[in-house]
Amino acid sequence: MKQNFGSFIRKESLHILRDKRTMLIVMLIPVVLMILFGFAISTEVNNINVVAVASERTDGIRDAVERLSQNEYFTFKGYIQQDEIDSYLRSGKASAAIVFSPDYDRRAMQAAMGVPTKPIIQLIVDASNVNTAGSATAYLQGVLLGSASQQAMFETRMLFNPQMKSAYNFVPGIMGLIFILVCAMMTSVSIVREKEVGTMEILLVSPVRPVKIIFAKMIPYFVISCVVLVMILLLARYLLGVPMSGGVWGIFALSLLYLILSLSLGLLVSTIANSQMVALLVSAMVMMMPILMLSGMLFPIENLPLFFQVVSNIVPARWYIDAVRKMMIQGLPLVAVWKNGVILLGMTVVLLGVSLKKFNDKLE
Amino acid sequence: MSDIVISVRDLTKRFGNFIAVDRISFDVHRGEIFGFLGANGAGKTTAMRMLCGLSYPTSGSGMVAGYDVRTEGEQIKRHIGYMSQRFSLYNDLTVWENIRLFAGIYGLSAKETEVRATELLDRLNFASERNTLVGSLPLGWKQKLSFAIATVHRPEVVFLDEPTGGVDPITRRQFWEMIYEAAEGGTTIFVTTHYMDEAEYCTRVSIMVDGVVRALDTPARLKQQFAAKSIDEVFRSLARGAQRGE
Amino acid sequence: MGAIEIHNLSKSYGKVQALDNVSFSVERGELFGLIGPDGAGKTTLFRLLTTLLNPDAGSAKVDGYDIKKDYLAIRSRVGYMPGRFSLYPDLSVEENLQFFAALFGVSIDESYELIAPIYKQIEPFSTRRAGKLSGGMKQKLALSCALIHRPGVLFLDEPTTGVDAVSRSEFWDMLSGLKERGITILVSTPYMDEASRCDRIALCNEGKILSIDTPKGIVRRFDKRLYGISAKNMFALLGKARMVRGVEDCYPCGEKHHLVAGHEFDIEYFKSQMKDTEGLEIVNTEPTIEDMFIKLMKR
Repeated sequence: MKQNFGSFIRKESLHILRDKRTMLIVMLIPVVLMILFGFAISTEVNNINVVAVASERTDGIRDAVERLSQNEYFTFKGYIQQDEIDSYLRSGKASAAIVFSPDYDRRAMQAAMGVPTKPIIQLIVDASNVNTAGSATAYLQGVLLGSASQQAMFETRMLFNPQMKSAYNFVPGIMGLIFILVCAMMTSVSIVREKEVGTMEILLVSPVRPVKIIFAKMIPYFVISCVVLVMILLLARYLLGVPMSGGVWGIFALSLLYLILSLSLGLLVSTIANSQMVALLVSAMVMMMPILMLSGMLFPIENLPLFFQVVSNIVPARWYIDAVRKMMIQGLPLVAVWKNGVILLGMTVVLLGVSLKKFNDKLE
Repeated sequence: MSDIVISVRDLTKRFGNFIAVDRISFDVHRGEIFGFLGANGAGKTTAMRMLCGLSYPTSGSGMVAGYDVRTEGEQIKRHIGYMSQRFSLYNDLTVWENIRLFAGIYGLSAKETEVRATELLDRLNFASERNTLVGSLPLGWKQKLSFAIATVHRPEVVFLDEPTGGVDPITRRQFWEMIYEAAEGGTTIFVTTHYMDEAEYCTRVSIMVDGVVRALDTPARLKQQFAAKSIDEVFRSLARGAQRGE
Repeated sequence: MGAIEIHNLSKSYGKVQALDNVSFSVERGELFGLIGPDGAGKTTLFRLLTTLLNPDAGSAKVDGYDIKKDYLAIRSRVGYMPGRFSLYPDLSVEENLQFFAALFGVSIDESYELIAPIYKQIEPFSTRRAGKLSGGMKQKLALSCALIHRPGVLFLDEPTTGVDAVSRSEFWDMLSGLKERGITILVSTPYMDEASRCDRIALCNEGKILSIDTPKGIVRRFDKRLYGISAKNMFALLGKARMVRGVEDCYPCGEKHHLVAGHEFDIEYFKSQMKDTEGLEIVNTEPTIEDMFIKLMKR
């Protein structure tokens, strides 16, 4: 009965196409998120106010500050005391403070003479705006290093946002989230809707095996997810300029696996939930929260309490986001993340197996 | 105040080109049980919504309990009771909590609520079920309770939308006895039903077809007029020619 | 062998005994009605027979197949119309029908002559979304969908609930047409007046079968004298009549109240007790299914 499989897919596609609001949301959310992260975080550095802390204003220090104030990106706001740094940064009077060590000149001199030492410069940067902070730090280092051909030793401290997340880092996170949203949430809701409307009863009281009905349900959502995937990759590459030097096919392949995993997760939710409301709640609580909290999207795994570090191992998004990040940003090839791939594959097999087994062809 | 509790003149509701309710006119007197019958899609629900102040008429006028359906919807809502088969009570609240909730909605004071609720429970022989969750009551009890609650604020008119659907024959009759009792006490009852034998219990019956009131009289006179044995027959002969569905 | 054979079937949900030791059988080609209010166990029985649920105890056969062992065989042989509107509201009339045809691996053409008398009435609206159909039309579409694979046994769970009297009677005409084609039909309804349209009926309440017989046979079992009484004030009449010696029961029933006479009842005595009742009329009357139901419920 091949022919009826096609008509199942057709029917499912009609449901999706006629539900214009959901369609719009699914297509729009990724774009909006990408654009939001792409543009809200300006990569342009301009007019960074800088203050300096130095116990003595030695020649070396003067020289360094001079170079800084001539740079078009920085505005030197004067020397302040060590204990004033916090209030300057907090009030926004300065975005960065340069703290020269008391023996800056001596060390610089010694270094120039070949003694294995380096002058120490501490950079304290307001990192509440991630990109500005990142670029400012890099610039500052560049400018200061240039002074007196010194190889200074930098001690950089980011205030307010120590992890220095950038727009790049958000792209894998968004992907990890969106596919769960599209695949898991939407499939589970669409299966549960049939239970709610009562059509599930008729589907079950038919000679067609539920497996078939379910796969027919998954295919349209899989296709939509692929479209979304391509959209995200295009936006990431051309709007945000994410390098993806590791090769786009690796990312694509891994994402397809993650899509299938998300679909299985949706199926599992639908076997538990009896109303669309419950399906939505379960999807939100059991899937969204761990992705946001335990996947490394918002907080680095290493910074979590040990318990949550362990728990994070069972969150599929953790492995996916980690692998995509490596491929997208660090430019590693697919083989470099084989471990993540294997783990995701294993999870898919288990989830699919459990949910197919749990999917009952009776009502209880 | 006059004896007429509901007065409707040329009440009309259009949705675009579709005339759901087409210039209906009638009066309902105090203490009457007014049966509002019609085929599916005849415009009953739309008409009822206008009378309850939930929907604004396109043209025509209507007075319910002395208030204008066009301008005083809020006043109307305060002076009527409403009960439908679909929405009646909160299943996750107890009998007592439901009474208190609806009494509160209708603006009864805590003291009044206490008095009337106790009286209500006694009348229904429900005192022992005071703290039972409504969800665990049999359907028939729920419907009786929900009628009692819809009249807890002593409204002038109660609108009942298919109140007895799916209820067993004994409870259905007990329910109708409650309706009789309320009507005896001067409450006007406006009721829709698909059970044609229930139409016979009404003081007067109106039958709507395709947005128009096609017949309105006492059951006895309707049967005479249509030379029919029962209201069921009268209804069939009128509704058979209906052009539209829901 | 009957088309449906049920032996001591029981089913409970937690503490609620939805179906309590039910047995009966339905002959091939019979139009059999389950008559009872909500909570009688009608839907549970349908779900057991359509193999959607497993029974706690007892057994049943549909078309010769056991509901537990051979449930897959049953599923391709029965048509089922659940109590709720169970079509896809966002698909058109035609798309719904096509889908259900595909579901059972048949084409619409194969079954067209069977469903034509019903489907023809909604065919002019074939591009309309099912959710936008009227109650009567939804019902016709649902029935067409349930018949698309030419089932031998048809299960209809409260197909006429919430539908007006005219559409209801049209629906019963359609069922009579299907019966002519040899299809066995098990249908449930809360409307007692529909019972007469069935070959045989089972009156059920709270998970139990109260009585099974032909509609006429059920009524014949009513062994008490029954009177129809009326007066100017019908409500007052009710209370008064119940006080009179020998009156076993008195309840509203259409335009008259029905009065069930006990063995002590004496009509002259009754009249004398009620003599100050304005417009009192009392006539002998025939019992209906509903009278029987009330009597059985009170037992």
